[in-house]
This record gives sequence, C-alpha cells and structure tokens, in this order.
Amino acid sequence: MIVAKRKPFDEIKKMIEGHKKVLLAGCGTCVAVCLAGGEKEVDILNTELDMARRLDDNPIEIDTITVERQCDMEYLADFDDIVQEYEAVLSMACGVGVQFLAERFPGTPVYPAVNTTGMSANRAIGWYEERCRSCGRCVLALTGGICPVTMCAKGLYNGPCGGTNQGYCEISSDQPCAWFKIYERLATQDRLDSIMEITPVVDWEDQVPRTLIQPGYKKPETEDID
Amino acid sequence: MSIEDNGLKSGSHLEKVLKAGHFAFTGELGPPRGSNVEEVIKKAQHLKGTVDAVNITDNQTAMVRMASWAASLLLIQEGLEPNFQMVCRDRNRLAMQADILGAYAHGIRNMLCLSGDHQKFGDHPNAKGVFDIDSIQLIGMVKKMRDEGQFLAGGELDGPPKLFIGAAANPFADPFEWRIYRLAKKIKAGVDFIQTQCIYNMEKFREWIKRANDMGLTEKAYILAGVTPMKSVGMAKYMKNKVPGMDVPDEIIKRLQGAEKGRVAVEGINIACEQIEEFKEMKGVAGVHLMAIEWEHKVPEIAEQAKVLPRPSV
Repeated sequence: MIVAKRKPFDEIKKMIEGHKKVLLAGCGTCVAVCLAGGEKEVDILNTELDMARRLDDNPIEIDTITVERQCDMEYLADFDDIVQEYEAVLSMACGVGVQFLAERFPGTPVYPAVNTTGMSANRAIGWYEERCRSCGRCVLALTGGICPVTMCAKGLYNGPCGGTNQGYCEISSDQPCAWFKIYERLATQDRLDSIMEITPVVDWEDQVPRTLIQPGYKKPETEDID
Repeated sequence: MSIEDNGLKSGSHLEKVLKAGHFAFTGELGPPRGSNVEEVIKKAQHLKGTVDAVNITDNQTAMVRMASWAASLLLIQEGLEPNFQMVCRDRNRLAMQADILGAYAHGIRNMLCLSGDHQKFGDHPNAKGVFDIDSIQLIGMVKKMRDEGQFLAGGELDGPPKLFIGAAANPFADPFEWRIYRLAKKIKAGVDFIQTQCIYNMEKFREWIKRANDMGLTEKAYILAGVTPMKSVGMAKYMKNKVPGMDVPDEIIKRLQGAEKGRVAVEGINIACEQIEEFKEMKGVAGVHLMAIEWEHKVPEIAEQAKVLPRPSV
C-alpha cells in the first residue's frame, strides 16, 4: 500500500495560517491503514490545530470529513456540495489524493498535511518497509523476489557493488545488501543462472507522467465524468 | 602506426605496457577540493616516470572535487598518462557519453568504469544519486561507442573514442563466492583491464585469482592488484572497521603495532613491497595499482623499494 507520514505540525500550521475556515479531509484507505491520514488522525490534527490557533489568539474553524478514497472520482463527489463553504482544504491523503482533490476544485487551495513516502509492506502495526518504486519494468523474476531498484541504495541491476559489508549495505549496517540477499536466495533455489547474464541498460518508464488504460477500456470522452 | 592496424584497442601507454607483457605499475591522484592547479601538478611530479598511468578519481567518497576529466587533462599537460575514472552516481547516460567523447577528444585514452560510493558518504549526502546505468552497463556502453562507433541508443557517432576500458573488482566483499562471477560479467561486458580493491588478505586474494585463472578470466583481461601502503596503525584499524568491503587481517595490524616507534609507516611500505614482490610472480596478475592515498610523494620510494623501476618505454 501507499504509506505516508504526517508533516511536522509547525509546517502544517504555517501553510494554513492565513485561513479562518478550513475543511480537513482524511482518506480512508492506504493512509488510514498506515496511521497517517485516516479518521483518527484527522481528529487528532483537528484538535491540535484548534488549540494552537486559540493560543495564538487567531482562532480557526475546522470541519472534518473522511472519504473512502481521495484518489477516486466517485468518493470525491462527497465534497461537491460543501467545498465552497471553506477557504481551503487541508488533505491528509497521499499525493495522489491531494492532487485529485485540487484538480476537482481548482478555485480552492488544497494543502497537503502528509508526506507520501512510498509503497510499503506492513511489517507490524506502525512499521512499514518500502518494497516497490513502481519503475514499470518488474525484474523480480530474475532477482529472487527482491527488488534491486528499491532495496539496493544504488538501484544496481548488476550488483552487488564493492561496498557490501558482511551482508549489509555500505550506507548503513542496519540496511541489508539487496544483492547479497538476492545471491543468497537464488543460491538456495539453485537459480543463480538468472543473474549470470548481464541485465542491459534500463529503458526508464517513470520519467514522464504515466497513464494506464487497461486492455478493453478506454479514456472517457469527457473529463468531468464522476 | 595507426591504432587500426597495430592490434591495439586504444594505443594508450598502459595498454602497450600490458600488451608487451611488462608488469604494469599504475598510480592514483585525487583531484583537489577546489581549482588549485598547483596541487595537481605537485602531486603529478612524484608520479612522473614512476608509474605507467595515473588514475584520476571522480568525486571520490562522494566529495566534490575538480572534475576527473579536467584533472586528467592537467596530467596530460604534465606529460603523464591519466586513467580517467567515471562513476555512475553523478551522471546520466547523456552526460556520460558526452564526457567520454570530450575526454577522448582531448587525449584521454584510459577510462575506469565504476559504480561510485553512495552519495550518503560525501559532503552532499542528500544529493540525488543518478545511477541511470550501472558500472557493468557503463563498460558495455563505452565498448559499443569504441568498437561499433555507436551511441548507447544506437545512433552513429562521428569519431569513436578508442579507449582502453578498465573497471574495478573487489575480491573481498560479500558474497565472496559471487565475486568471481561479477568479474566474469565485467569481462563479458567488454572490460580490458581490472584494478582491484586494496589487497591486505593475501590468502583470500590467492584464492580469488586462482578461480579467475581456472575460469580463463585472466586470459581475457589484465588484472592489476590493488595495493595501498598503511601509514599508521590508526589507518589500518580505520580500513578494517570503517571502510565497507575492506578486508584487513589482524596480522597486518599486529605487524604495524610491532614496528619500532616512528617506523610504522616504513613497516607499512615494507608490507606493500612484499606484496608487490609476490604479485610479480603470481599467475594471472598483470601488474599493480598503487593507491598511495594523499601519499603521492612516497610513490618514487615505494617503486624503488618494490623494484619496479625503471618503467618500460614501449
């Protein structure tokens, strides 16, 4: 899932310091699961902002709403009748949600309350580890199910580099060397042949904004379909 | 004689020395942290006549320094042959190819293809690491430019860069078992010569070079053994504990600790020279790459003691 981390409070507070009435919008999917921007986090931030602004003698009126997904037209419709009542929206969704919301209401400032930090696995409650950079060209079949783009600090396709340090990456003794792990796993599976060949230069596909249209589907005729 | 009809790939001095079967001896020079030309020239004077080619590092340890191609040109002006290092960390494929062409156009004939230390180590730790291509892909790219006269993407280039292509190998980093295959991949990609990581664990190196011999790899590329003399016990401990991928056996540290007061550096040089003597006789080793880090002025003395002088003229 997509994970995010709440921005430092002072940064959020500064973003909306000129506004007196703000809609604080949570997102009920990824950022709710990773404890960054769901209903609970919306309530906490609301309370913190309210108190801070009162202490500043600059009170703010904040209403909250949490929709299922801010990256989905269907759920954004919930904002249509209420947005005009607010000077701005503070969104706790990932970067996708913030942009989709801002696109739908071009006359209203939409601010991000979280930093989106990647696509991660849920290791334990509150503990998320990045596993995918969505390069668009998955090589996990070759590398024993360990992503060299994400897990190798240099993103090497023909590793390991010379900096492997007792199984760990040169950047940190807490970070396992991806290529050491790849080697070990493929050796266990007797599949080292898959990394004997040189992986050629990558044709990067993530250098332009990507649009995905699945087979059998097409782009809607009008842009305001919801 | 033009390089097309003499069987040489680049015609570099280093290539000629190796091809003639001489035991090669290369050195290293780190460009300055600034535009101080005098510093480059001063360091270069110690290396002149004592080594066959000089590696010019490329933002080594991810610290910004004078560009490696620029310092390489200064060396050419001083009458030395540079081995232009290029890391994958700081440039994408466009910039790399542009620099390769520019370097060749200005007389650079050797190039070393490296991944590069991670930017986290350096003075700009939050820089974006490029790593558009990796070191093995870089080798292949230079070879394509040289031998097929084509850019990476296939377009024809006007005036192929006839470079002698080098790469690094670390026989000591984990997983040891895989290191020889990584060497094989570099050779398959088209490397002409290899300079190894600093060797201290001779036993492990003997095992690695034996495997390289057994796999026929030493027939396909020249292997230069990396040597860095220890200046002090502190340096040895630092290399052992702090430098990733470095293998410094306790015996080396003990031997340095056992040296008389004020004689530790001498003992470090003794160790290095003993290693060089062994490399001269070691099957599969075509030369030594001496990395006397910020110790360039000691290189003539080390070369003398290691009996690698005079350097051959080819």
